[in-house]
Amino acid sequence: MKDNKIVVFLIAAVGLLIVPLIAQQFGNAWVRIIDIALLYLLLALGLNIVVGYAGLLDLGYVAFYAVGAYTMGLLASGHLTETFPAIAAAFPEGLHVPILLVIPLAAGVAGLAGVLLGAPTLRLRGDYLAIVTLGFGEIIRVFLNNLDHPVNITNGPKGIGPIDPMHLFGFSLGERHELFGLDIPVVTNYYYLFLALVIISVVICYRLERSRIGRAWMAIREDEIAAKAMGINTRNMKLLAFGMGATFGGVAGVMFGGYQSFITPEAFSLPESVMIVAMVVLGGIGHIPGVVVGALLLAALPEVLRYVAGPLQQMTDGRLDASILRQLLIALAMIAIMLSRPRGLWPSPEHGRAAVVPDETPHQHLEPSEQIPPTVTAIAPTVK
Amino acid sequence: METFIQQIINGLVLGSMYALVALGYTMVYGIINLINFAHGEVLMVGALVSWTTVSALSDSGLPGWLLLLISLIAAIVVCAALNFSIEKIAYRPLRNAPRLAPLITAMGMSLLLQTLAMIIWKPTIKSYPILLPNEPHVVFGAVINTVQILILVITAVTLAGLMYLVNFTKLGRAMRATAENPRVAGLMGVRPDMVISATFIIGAALAAIAGVMWAANYGSASHTMGFLPGLKAFTAAVFGGIGNLAGAMVGGVMLGLIEALGAGYIGALTGGVLGSHYQDIFAFIVLILVLTLRPSGLLGERVADRA
Repeated sequence: MKDNKIVVFLIAAVGLLIVPLIAQQFGNAWVRIIDIALLYLLLALGLNIVVGYAGLLDLGYVAFYAVGAYTMGLLASGHLTETFPAIAAAFPEGLHVPILLVIPLAAGVAGLAGVLLGAPTLRLRGDYLAIVTLGFGEIIRVFLNNLDHPVNITNGPKGIGPIDPMHLFGFSLGERHELFGLDIPVVTNYYYLFLALVIISVVICYRLERSRIGRAWMAIREDEIAAKAMGINTRNMKLLAFGMGATFGGVAGVMFGGYQSFITPEAFSLPESVMIVAMVVLGGIGHIPGVVVGALLLAALPEVLRYVAGPLQQMTDGRLDASILRQLLIALAMIAIMLSRPRGLWPSPEHGRAAVVPDETPHQHLEPSEQIPPTVTAIAPTVK
Repeated sequence: METFIQQIINGLVLGSMYALVALGYTMVYGIINLINFAHGEVLMVGALVSWTTVSALSDSGLPGWLLLLISLIAAIVVCAALNFSIEKIAYRPLRNAPRLAPLITAMGMSLLLQTLAMIIWKPTIKSYPILLPNEPHVVFGAVINTVQILILVITAVTLAGLMYLVNFTKLGRAMRATAENPRVAGLMGVRPDMVISATFIIGAALAAIAGVMWAANYGSASHTMGFLPGLKAFTAAVFGGIGNLAGAMVGGVMLGLIEALGAGYIGALTGGVLGSHYQDIFAFIVLILVLTLRPSGLLGERVADRA
């Protein structure tokens, strides 16, 4: 049994390592799709902490992604030195903060932003929380768009670029490499970096889920008042969930900034937030394998289908171009999957507890407190 | 002073449109506890249907007001049918599902409608023709045009009609009963399915009116126009206390006034540092303040622990 597990693990590891090497045979565009999917996966894992574990529906998650990306953009591009002579004087060779410093910095800034957002919303529940976080996401975008005057900080709608490619331990990820006779293009470099981050994140999430903190979050998710009565400091725990989730978003943002080398506020609009929420919920809320499936599916599938969009575009007189088709597919997937599997594609198992079959009479679950019989509520993740 | 009155007028016009849309959100939320994310998109479809009708009839020589009326009716019919089908396809099967599921289908519907509109009407911004006499009327030194007067009048009439419907008709009583407790309402002979469908149809009609007015007022229509009004109208509904009709109206008008006054004065107040392009964030700042200080909204009743 034990040996079996190791074999499976080894096969999976080798598989993950050679995926880009195979994909790049078909063109770097395919590796790029995988890279982007991994970035989304990172975001989905972060949001899963907030929505899945703590049950706080956050529709403005992309704001933290933006905070991370702009931290990277400001600290590792020529923008600040060109705008502020004082900074140019302090850093005569330009401001190029190494990535290993930017990551903790961005994680800290984003985490702080998460706590700052969390603080005034602690008393809110459910849909009110959703709409406030949504508003927060929009506010960040409006500021990014408009903070190019009177002092040019974000360069407004024009965006920031070029951002330095990442360097890790003297190894430049922005260049093509040759290793053991293998050709490693830039996109593949980033694949390995993102993969490492995703694996670290999965381990962190997995450990969190089984820790004291994770259990406290889930207690809050199921019944906040009961959790409080059990001695959980709900305020601190909710702030911690916001902060932790935001940290993931911030790190993903840094990666996005370094990877794209150019960022504009439009990359961080509401549809992105909706997409990340959709990944978490479609996959199976609060369940790591489900979230992985949801993220990879929603991020990669539409991109792959773009390549079959060519003939369709000609057939429909240019109306169905690739990006429209992608949107159409995402929308249809969101509706169809929810209608057929309301708890997600791969929901968390019910831990062997007896499931109570909900009464089939229609319209009895409209009152939230009546929505699910109490025994099931304790098992099924509900977002309040 | 003139700026002040002008901004009050602008705010009232904007606020009336928010109120119309907010009512749709609040009615649906009051009855099935769902944020109907696709509601803003219904407004967009209304505006585009109206635009298509007006363009198709532009050679017929009919007077402008008649064109506007015909297109308004067409928009109401299409939107009502659309919202009715959305509820039936995407929300009804999920009524007993976990709470997030219908929210996700609602977001999916919103995206789907936007994409379909992009395919049907092409992703260009259409200019909406001027159908009513455009000369400005001067009120206390500020100007208001015919369309804006029409918006205020139509909103007032519609709201009065809705209040009558909800408070004094059989359907209204059924709606209130269903909102209170659907199961008991069912036992009393109300058919909740019918009531919910009626709610979606009424909400769609209001959104269609707002959409046509929006297009006529700003002179343009496009597939993305539904997002911001939808978002702000929802803000207005929460501001007034969600589930509460009077609250949605008050919230809508207040939000319109706050935005207009804020946009009018922010430049002067901050010495030109912040300009009127920050208009869009007032809504959210107000929202965050209201919800922190009074989470149930202005007129909402305090419901302990209601999700």
